[in-house]
Amino acid sequence: MNEIAPTAVNTGIVRPAGWRGFVADWSSDQRTFKNVSWGKAMMWIFLLSDTFIFGTFLISYMTVRMSTVVPWPNPSEVFALEIGGHHLPLILIAIMTFVLISSSGTMAMAVNFGYRRDRKKTAILMLVTAVLGATFVGMQAFEWSKLIAEGVRPWGNPWGAEQFGSSFFMITGFHGTHVTIGVIFLIIVARKVWRGDFDEGRRGFFTSRKGRYEIVEITGLYWHFVDLVWVFIFALFYLW
Amino acid sequence: MVDVMHGVPESRPADESDDVELYHPHSWITKYVFSQDAKIIAIQYSTVALAIGLVALVLSWLMRLQLGFPGVFSFIDPDRYYQFITMHGMIMVVYLLTALFLGGFGNYLIPLMLGARDMVFPYVNMLSFWIYFLAVLVLLTGFFLPGGPTGAGWTLYPPQAILANTPGQQWGIVVMLVSLILFIIGFTMGGLNYVVTVLQGRAKGMTLMRMPLTIWGIFTATVMALLAFPALFVGAVMMLLDRLIGTSFFMPAIVAMGERLAHKGGSPILFQHLFWFFGHPEVYIVALPAFGIVSDLISTHARKNIFGYRMMVWALVAIGALSFVVWAHHMYVSGMHPAFGFFFATTTLIIAIPTAIKVYNWVLTLWQGDIHFTVPMLFALGFIVTFLNGGLTGLFLGNVVVDVPLSDTMFVVAHFHMVMGVAPILVIFGAIYHWYPKVTGRMLDDRLGKLHFWVTFLGAYLIFFPMHYIGLMGVPRRYHEIGAMSFVPPSAATLNEFITVVALIVGAAQLAFVFNLIWSLKQGRPAGGNPWRATTLEWQTPQTPPAHGNWGKTLPVVYRWAYDYSVPGAAEDFLPQNQPPDPRTA
Repeated sequence: MNEIAPTAVNTGIVRPAGWRGFVADWSSDQRTFKNVSWGKAMMWIFLLSDTFIFGTFLISYMTVRMSTVVPWPNPSEVFALEIGGHHLPLILIAIMTFVLISSSGTMAMAVNFGYRRDRKKTAILMLVTAVLGATFVGMQAFEWSKLIAEGVRPWGNPWGAEQFGSSFFMITGFHGTHVTIGVIFLIIVARKVWRGDFDEGRRGFFTSRKGRYEIVEITGLYWHFVDLVWVFIFALFYLW
Repeated sequence: MVDVMHGVPESRPADESDDVELYHPHSWITKYVFSQDAKIIAIQYSTVALAIGLVALVLSWLMRLQLGFPGVFSFIDPDRYYQFITMHGMIMVVYLLTALFLGGFGNYLIPLMLGARDMVFPYVNMLSFWIYFLAVLVLLTGFFLPGGPTGAGWTLYPPQAILANTPGQQWGIVVMLVSLILFIIGFTMGGLNYVVTVLQGRAKGMTLMRMPLTIWGIFTATVMALLAFPALFVGAVMMLLDRLIGTSFFMPAIVAMGERLAHKGGSPILFQHLFWFFGHPEVYIVALPAFGIVSDLISTHARKNIFGYRMMVWALVAIGALSFVVWAHHMYVSGMHPAFGFFFATTTLIIAIPTAIKVYNWVLTLWQGDIHFTVPMLFALGFIVTFLNGGLTGLFLGNVVVDVPLSDTMFVVAHFHMVMGVAPILVIFGAIYHWYPKVTGRMLDDRLGKLHFWVTFLGAYLIFFPMHYIGLMGVPRRYHEIGAMSFVPPSAATLNEFITVVALIVGAAQLAFVFNLIWSLKQGRPAGGNPWRATTLEWQTPQTPPAHGNWGKTLPVVYRWAYDYSVPGAAEDFLPQNQPPDPRTA
């Protein structure tokens, strides 16, 4: 997307001012967002919709947490680990959060190298991002199995409100699914970058359309979004 | 506001944006079955939606038979009756109206009216239809599974919906929730396409403020759907977990059938909030495309520009935004804080302002117009009257003090059927009569169309007007049989019989419509490219029905708004949107 379709600016037309001008600009010819390709626009709007899904999940979690009459288990204690004889509250979540945020960094670097058409570095950085993402999901699986071993179930747990377990598994499960899908996409796109599909104009298997290096950035948008959502889950579920 | 580009326009043909890469089908299967052409997808969506709509129509007959002649039809036992109600409601609102307006009309009209070759991502668009189709199939399996479909009422309120002894508790509720989740996934794929096509895929010269109001309506409704369906999605996931693995999101501690259930601590009201955060915007997701389409029908068939185009656009946007802050007016009887009731009653009544602007503008468009009583126009006029009637009873129900006694009576049933049942359906019929010539190249039969209109329109009034009256007397909704209640006079039973008879007749009239659709496909009068002499781009395609890629070699260039009717001095009485301005008058 190098070229923007030219708008029909005619010097004879007096351009409206104020509110009318504002509307005229936003509603102007062909494209509302002039520099934005279709794929990027679609990803942004999808993320807006997905924000509503995660937002609703979190609000529902807060509602059941307030509506239940049984005390809520203390997350710092539930999510504590014994490492080398030390009792460390929330240590695993801290590491998971660190890993996921770091993956956003490698993703941003991959986008940068993608636009420089540095195939190797882009592909490697995307794979590093995917590995970090997979690590996150792996640690989440460890956390799930630890809690399950301690007797936490979606329908009950030893420490208090049963909505603790159900909200935990539902929200982290839904987020973990997002991360897993992201990892799969990262691997697919990294393979395409590595093979040079975007330089040769090779067509997609399903869509038979040519891809562009921009797909790296679009994948990145999704990845950063998943990270951002995690920050909210971290704050509202683990720290509250 | 006459929006014509003055000055000499650039003469070079429209650029193909480098985003455009049209998919070309290689075989019969990729051309007609797994098609990536929005026009074929639109026809697939519409056919499936109308077919499932016929199922819902038959269900409504069965319900009416029970209400009109209680005890006569012994196979309609209470369980079945509740299953019929539930499936009728859910199919009509989600699988017929939403799918037909957005998936059907959206797919057909957005690319054509905007001068695009196709949706921006045709492959995703195709997936959208097939997931919708899967959702419909999953929904229908409910009829064949042990226990039958769910009978929880179309609102699926917990704890009722998943308690034992609610009909369909075994599998019906599960397939219903799974089907809704699938529908939302499929719709999101299509909806993203519609929004991005409108925002980023328009023809040269097609500014947002030159779009036909049909597109504005569909666009606003799609944005709303993308933000409202997540609440239903989350609600469905949580209820599915409650039902299948025994979580207690919506389930409080409860004693059912003398037995204490394992659930405790959940909030049934939470589901009501989630459901209506989706459910109220859903009303306008159905209504806004109808508003848009009806504006275009009226303008075209009255040969007059739409009155107050900009206000019409802002009214659509305002209604869309306001509809997200009114949802709890469906929950006045759930026991909410009076201040909440006050807030939601206020926002509800404020919506009447942009809605009234639209109704006034339709009437002022008709004022001194050259009104042609074609079949689409009849349906459009029928819509205005019906919507106004249904809207006025909405003012009753929006007020807390009036709603509380009327809640859960037949008055509510009459209200929402008028405003979001009959009214949008009338627009769907009008729109099908209007665009059928473009889709098939042939006109629908006029006499059958007029018969269809008068029976449907008058019949709808004969059904739902008495229903208001029954509701005011206090007859509750959702009752299998009213029985002997001291405050219900015997005349209510007579009225119910009358309504049932009319409902059967109106339903039969829809078969005439289906016959017309099929018969005219081969036997209809050839339509030509632009039978209604309309200005919008879909009537200016080189072929009718439009070919793959819609526009031949060059994309159209848009020079004016969509409402240049009865133009003085024009060769014909209208100017298509792609007609360049006359250089002599420039």
